[in-house]
Amino acid sequence: MSENIVKLDYPYKREEIRALKVGDTVLITGKMFTGRDAVHKYIHDGNPVPVDLNNQIIYHCGPVVVENSDGSYEIKAAGPTTSIREEPYEWEVMRDHGIVGVIGKGGMGAKTLAACQEYGCVYFHAIGGAAQVLAEKIKSVDNVYLKEIVGSPEAIWEMSVVEFPVVVTMDSHGNSLHDEVLKHSQEVFADLIK
Amino acid sequence: MAIKKKKMAKKVVKKKVTKKKVAKKVTKKKVAKKVTKKKVAKKVTKKKVAKKVTKKKVAKKVTKKKVVVKKGQTPAEYDKVLFKTILEVVRKTSTEMPDDVQKVILKALATEAKATTAEYAMDIIAKNIEIARTKSQPICQDTGTLIFNIYHPVGFNQGKFSKIVKKAVVKATEMGYLRQNSVDTLTGENKGMNIGLGHPVMNFHEHNKKGLDVKLILKGGGSENMSIQYSLPNVPLNAGRDLDGVRKVILDGLVKAQGKGCGPGILGICIGSDRGEGYHHAKEQFLRTMDDISPVKELAALEKDIVESANKLGIGPMGFGGKTTLLGCKICVMNRLPASYFVSISYMCWASRRQGAAVKADGSIGKWLY
Ligand code: SF4
Repeated sequence: MSENIVKLDYPYKREEIRALKVGDTVLITGKMFTGRDAVHKYIHDGNPVPVDLNNQIIYHCGPVVVENSDGSYEIKAAGPTTSIREEPYEWEVMRDHGIVGVIGKGGMGAKTLAACQEYGCVYFHAIGGAAQVLAEKIKSVDNVYLKEIVGSPEAIWEMSVVEFPVVVTMDSHGNSLHDEVLKHSQEVFADLIK
Repeated sequence: MAIKKKKMAKKVVKKKVTKKKVAKKVTKKKVAKKVTKKKVAKKVTKKKVAKKVTKKKVAKKVTKKKVVVKKGQTPAEYDKVLFKTILEVVRKTSTEMPDDVQKVILKALATEAKATTAEYAMDIIAKNIEIARTKSQPICQDTGTLIFNIYHPVGFNQGKFSKIVKKAVVKATEMGYLRQNSVDTLTGENKGMNIGLGHPVMNFHEHNKKGLDVKLILKGGGSENMSIQYSLPNVPLNAGRDLDGVRKVILDGLVKAQGKGCGPGILGICIGSDRGEGYHHAKEQFLRTMDDISPVKELAALEKDIVESANKLGIGPMGFGGKTTLLGCKICVMNRLPASYFVSISYMCWASRRQGAAVKADGSIGKWLY
């Protein structure tokens, strides 16, 4: 496990992403776009993406958003959702739309790991269930896309965050913390039930 | 359906009781006649019996008054107070971590090695609990399945109570203590009120006490997805129909759940029973406090062993690797059929939200149960 806390500031640069290693604790300051099941399916089906995702980060999150009377939005809760559901689609988004990272929980599979290596992306793991801590890091909601088509929690919310805390669990060098921990725990398990 | 059935069952029970009472009286009289020949003795016995009966009657009257309506309070007023009580139970459950769970989380934070991602994760979790409490906002955005356990005296109106609970749940959702979390399984429609077929879950238990206790668990979806049921023997794991086999499948379930379901988790386990009831009793274990130990010696030992063994797996908070994989393990046992041997494992995330209130005679909160 790394002891250093890395700061990642907007605009995100590919070299900085390549420098990240599994186990790094990262504080992200800048933009991110939420996107979960419906958005990934929508992109996969070949629909035009309403926003330029090049060098951006996608956050697997279905936020609780309140619309204020002046038309502005406020995020009430914004914890990560389980990422593995996007496993069939994420590698394509990395290939076709030039994203630099994905934030979620629970990790992703081999296809995504390979795409991270090939296109220079990382998988950031947010702290599952920490809705309040994470909502406090979101400073503004700047835009929303596809809300009319996929509904509020599934929409693409463009947000500005300050020091949003995550841990790199899949890097662009083919390493996955999830694979390492699984392998280790399976060995211990075999020993424990001998 | 369940409520109706229970009601019917009650009626039957009541009838039986009445019969028994009659039977007893007859027997007593007979016995008295046979045994006590002296007139004085007879009188004494009768008086005693008479006294007892009077006492019972008084007691019954008091009970009725206490439970249904307090003097000077109309039924409508009682319902209003009860509504507020349920709403407060929901708010507190969703926003305030019970002390015993918070304590084990802080202990886990202290246990993790300094400057690791495991410690980092536990630190954020601990901070999150504090913010939620201060702001009175949900600890986690997934406010889960609402599982009510209601302990009530004889003669309690379950139907009326259920209606008040549903009203309170709708209100709690409007106020943001609960996420709009109940979806029509066939159409995918979310009416945004958290009520509907099977929601919220309400388990009624009749007890011999006068008072009313209402307990609530919020069971998150991500952790629910990691729950698992085994049927022993399990050949690949070489797990037989004994406690050693049970231990093997529990640890296997934990290895499978890793990284998902927001660990460090808590396990509620039922050994035996059938598939449906097994999970039901497994979930019931989450009503036990973290320091509660099974009264069954073998199970107490297994609970301890599972936590110690699990924390050797190195899975850690969020599956980042680390010392804390499991915060607690609560096991119960039920009879089974000769053909079956189930181990039902309910997985709870770190956000183990549970609260309960002893409800006073006027419908207000007497004291918190956790
Ligand atoms: S598993 Fe628990 S902590 Fe994680 S998102 Fe679901 S309810 Fe929240």
